[in-house]
Amino acid sequence: MTNKLEVALYIFVIASFLGFTVITKIPGLLHTPLMSLTNALSAIAIVGSLILAGDGETTMATILGSVAVFASFTNIVSGFMLTDRMVRMFKRREAPSDAAAVQKGATS
Amino acid sequence: MTDFVNDTVIPIAYLFAAVCFVLALKWLCHPSTARRGVRIGEIGMGVAVVSTMFKFEIVEYQWILVALVLGAALGVPLGLVPTTAVPQRTALSHAFGALAAGLVGTAEYYLSKPHIDASTMIPLGLEVVLGFLTFTGSLVAAGKLQGIVRDRPWIYKGQNIVNLAVLGSALVMVGFLVDDPSRAYLFPLIIGMSLVFGVMLVIRIGGADMPTVISLLNGYAGLAAAMMGFVLNNYLLIIAGALDGSSGVVLSIIMCRAMNRSFTNVLFGGFGAQEAVGSIEERPVRSVDPEETAILLDMARSVVIVPGYGLAAAQAQHKVRELADLLLSRGVDVKFAIHPVAGRMPGHMNVVLAEANVPYDLLYDLESVNGEFPQTDMVLVVGANDVVNPAARTDEHSPIYGMPILDADKAQSVIVVKRSMRSGFAGVDNELFYLDKTQMLFGDAKKVIGEVADELSKMPARA
Repeated sequence: MTNKLEVALYIFVIASFLGFTVITKIPGLLHTPLMSLTNALSAIAIVGSLILAGDGETTMATILGSVAVFASFTNIVSGFMLTDRMVRMFKRREAPSDAAAVQKGATS
Repeated sequence: MTDFVNDTVIPIAYLFAAVCFVLALKWLCHPSTARRGVRIGEIGMGVAVVSTMFKFEIVEYQWILVALVLGAALGVPLGLVPTTAVPQRTALSHAFGALAAGLVGTAEYYLSKPHIDASTMIPLGLEVVLGFLTFTGSLVAAGKLQGIVRDRPWIYKGQNIVNLAVLGSALVMVGFLVDDPSRAYLFPLIIGMSLVFGVMLVIRIGGADMPTVISLLNGYAGLAAAMMGFVLNNYLLIIAGALDGSSGVVLSIIMCRAMNRSFTNVLFGGFGAQEAVGSIEERPVRSVDPEETAILLDMARSVVIVPGYGLAAAQAQHKVRELADLLLSRGVDVKFAIHPVAGRMPGHMNVVLAEANVPYDLLYDLESVNGEFPQTDMVLVVGANDVVNPAARTDEHSPIYGMPILDADKAQSVIVVKRSMRSGFAGVDNELFYLDKTQMLFGDAKKVIGEVADELSKMPARA
């Protein structure tokens, strides 16, 4: 095994453990935002696509890279926008026992 | 200068982005810090993308610019979809992420062949296989969720053998390429097999299994990105892919547990294929109209609302919130009981209700609410079926036996809002509907809940 691959495997395994630990703490309430956020984050694949699309090595690489940049950037834009919209929707009751406040919230 | 940027600035920027990504997930653990999590994720992404632009390898910008503009043009509308359409948006984004991985893998192969050592060829092969199978699989899933592709599972005899043969031969061909990377004729075959396998994997899966399948595809897309990191020797990509992959795996496990099923059973079991065999006898149920429902709700001290996918399908979330507000204003204790697999993706019902301004402290998960049903006066089931079927506890022969359910049948009385007597996804009859304490409120959920709310608002407030 090459040294590079060994380091990469260590990083992969440790990041996976870290991911498991952090993600199991996220409540079911936020599982939909979780999925759209991790989806946006893994669109970091754009950094690989950018190099392909921009290094001008072959036409094929430029085309495939550009399509990959397009696909990844779509995920970045929509993923962050949607996650932000969703997490803003989660609100507490302003005054849990105050029925009038709830009524006001309903009619406004 | 460029050396300094490439060898020092960019790696540090990537490390910074990796830290941001971990913090983003850490802060997502509570609604009060979740927005901060999204922000830090955006910052990390921004830093990583901008610093990449300064890499000396990048000499042409015109195509990048075109791709970014088009990506933003499609991304903005996809970021604005209503919460009821979030599952199909998510499936589509898994398809895009996986496609990017597959394409980059393909380009890398053709650029570096035939001099590819095994330590690159193995992750490259996996990246391409995972990327392309997730691409078509997610497209089929998105099509099913959007109603373009038939929702019912498509099953034939020997399907498992055919599917495994297709996947197996793709992997064997990857093995041949590892042995000798100059066998370029194999590469298009690998892509083709993976594309076909993705379609075959998902067409056999029905609507109610979508939460598991979406989670699984999420995991695959993440793994494909991580494999890309191995190929490009980019640690940031490995970390982001590992985080995405582990979230997919964690969610798949939660979904499987919530249905008391194993991974293999979801993927190879063809659950729900035995659609309502027709042997279900007609049994009498008690039905109720919106006015009577309002009277019954008016008399209740505590109400638990159980939402299911039917609520989202009927767009009834705003009417349900209206009804809940009315009940709260009358001093009734209102809770929403959310089953983990309610809806079409993990956590789906929570965002649908949150969008309708239901405060999240009224949303209870299975464990925290199940003990309260015996003390509950009235359970209102809106568009849910299998998740409240007591057969999961009692009937060993039921396909859903052992699945953890919401114990709605233990409440004092139950009203089920339902379109018709059609059986649920699992094709099993629901004993809950025939109990003496249960009454059926037939009709479109949005319409009838609206009528109940109107009736209730006309009634004088209780002393």
